[in-house]
Amino acid sequence: MKSNKVLDAKGLACPMPVVRARKVMKEMETGEVLEILATDKGSVADLAAWSKSGGHDLVKHTEEAGVFTFWIQKG
Amino acid sequence: MTVQPMTASTIAKKVVNQDPFFILDVRNEDAFADWKIEGKNIQYLNIPYFDLLDGVEEILEQLPTDQDIVVVCAKEGSSIMVGEMIAEEGRAVHYLRGGMKAWSEHLEPVKIGDLKDVGELYQFVRIGKGCLSYMIVSNGEAAIVDATRMTDVFIDFAKTLDVKITHILDTHLHADHISGGRKIAEAVNGTYWLPPKDASEVTFAYESLEEGRTITIGDTTIAIQPLYSPGHTIGSTSFIVDDTYLLSGDILFIDSIGRPDLAGLAEDWVGDLRESLYKRYKELSGELIVLPAHFMIIEELNSDGSVSGKLGTLFAENHGLNIESEVEFREMVTGNLPPQPNAYQQIRETNMGKLTPDEETQREMEIGPNRCAIR
Repeated sequence: MKSNKVLDAKGLACPMPVVRARKVMKEMETGEVLEILATDKGSVADLAAWSKSGGHDLVKHTEEAGVFTFWIQKG
Repeated sequence: MTVQPMTASTIAKKVVNQDPFFILDVRNEDAFADWKIEGKNIQYLNIPYFDLLDGVEEILEQLPTDQDIVVVCAKEGSSIMVGEMIAEEGRAVHYLRGGMKAWSEHLEPVKIGDLKDVGELYQFVRIGKGCLSYMIVSNGEAAIVDATRMTDVFIDFAKTLDVKITHILDTHLHADHISGGRKIAEAVNGTYWLPPKDASEVTFAYESLEEGRTITIGDTTIAIQPLYSPGHTIGSTSFIVDDTYLLSGDILFIDSIGRPDLAGLAEDWVGDLRESLYKRYKELSGELIVLPAHFMIIEELNSDGSVSGKLGTLFAENHGLNIESEVEFREMVTGNLPPQPNAYQQIRETNMGKLTPDEETQREMEIGPNRCAIR
């Protein structure tokens, strides 16, 4: 999937994946897609809930070899 | 001002003492709704940490000034962050060290009583998840019943009492938590006992818990008598200890009864469950002190933090023991079952030895309440 920006949050524990994602997202335009890579299992539920709370759209997420990848479209 | 850690042990004592305190839970709303720290005089505020990243000014006035405030999250990282923000505003605040993960793993040992000749019985209250384990001690030896996977707690406790663990028993194949039984048996070179009907698929050697096979600890006066009581699982076995205590496993709780569906179909076992509760248990002395493997609600705790009740009292007060109509009983235990415990199939397979998840995965599998009861 195409993204406008990639955030590597691998190895970071909660709350850092969300804190970083929020910071990057602030500098992006509505409609643009942020791709996030994370290894913290808790980030799956947290990024979904954060997207919902912030009005963003979690378009897709995958897991491969312990790495979670998220595509979130700014709302 | 800085945010101060508070241990799960301190919070457990507050819950038992019914102290009033305030929890700011910064996990997701779903996680909070599913499972939280329960206590009679706890006030709660649930706001996910990501909604507080711009500052905590807006919630300051909702935080009390006359009670301890504990910020809680899954592992502790977010609670420290939010706690620091609150402390920067000049407020005294704590965070739960280790988060809900530590809360789920905390065990509080409580002495239940002395045995007739020489010996004691201890209950280990896993207050965050509602699991109960037991240690029966006599003449330098100990048996453990329904151990959790925090095996060090039991092994260290036996060391401080200067007793040798010789027998480790599980009342049934658990579906809500990972048993520590096999691991303890290996560590102390003890005997691990399981009901054979629950163990048909296990991948390791065990001793068969069968009615009539009495297990002795220390000297011959302390007897653990297995009593076949199917219903929660097909093999579920209760124990009568020292003619005084009835370790009821997941068949009978203080204010609820076991659910019959976690290892198969509720319809298949509802008859067994009724037979065990309404016939086999009914024939026992009402003076026996029931010690179950779980509690479901915090109200089931006694004032000393233990969970127990006389069988006679339970027959008078526990709703699940007082449904005259078989049809109504069947409807209650099959018709309106609560959600199953988290990852219960994988937990069962782990307890059979088929899966060997690492510790972190085991923690994740056990997240949430036990959900073994029907009320």
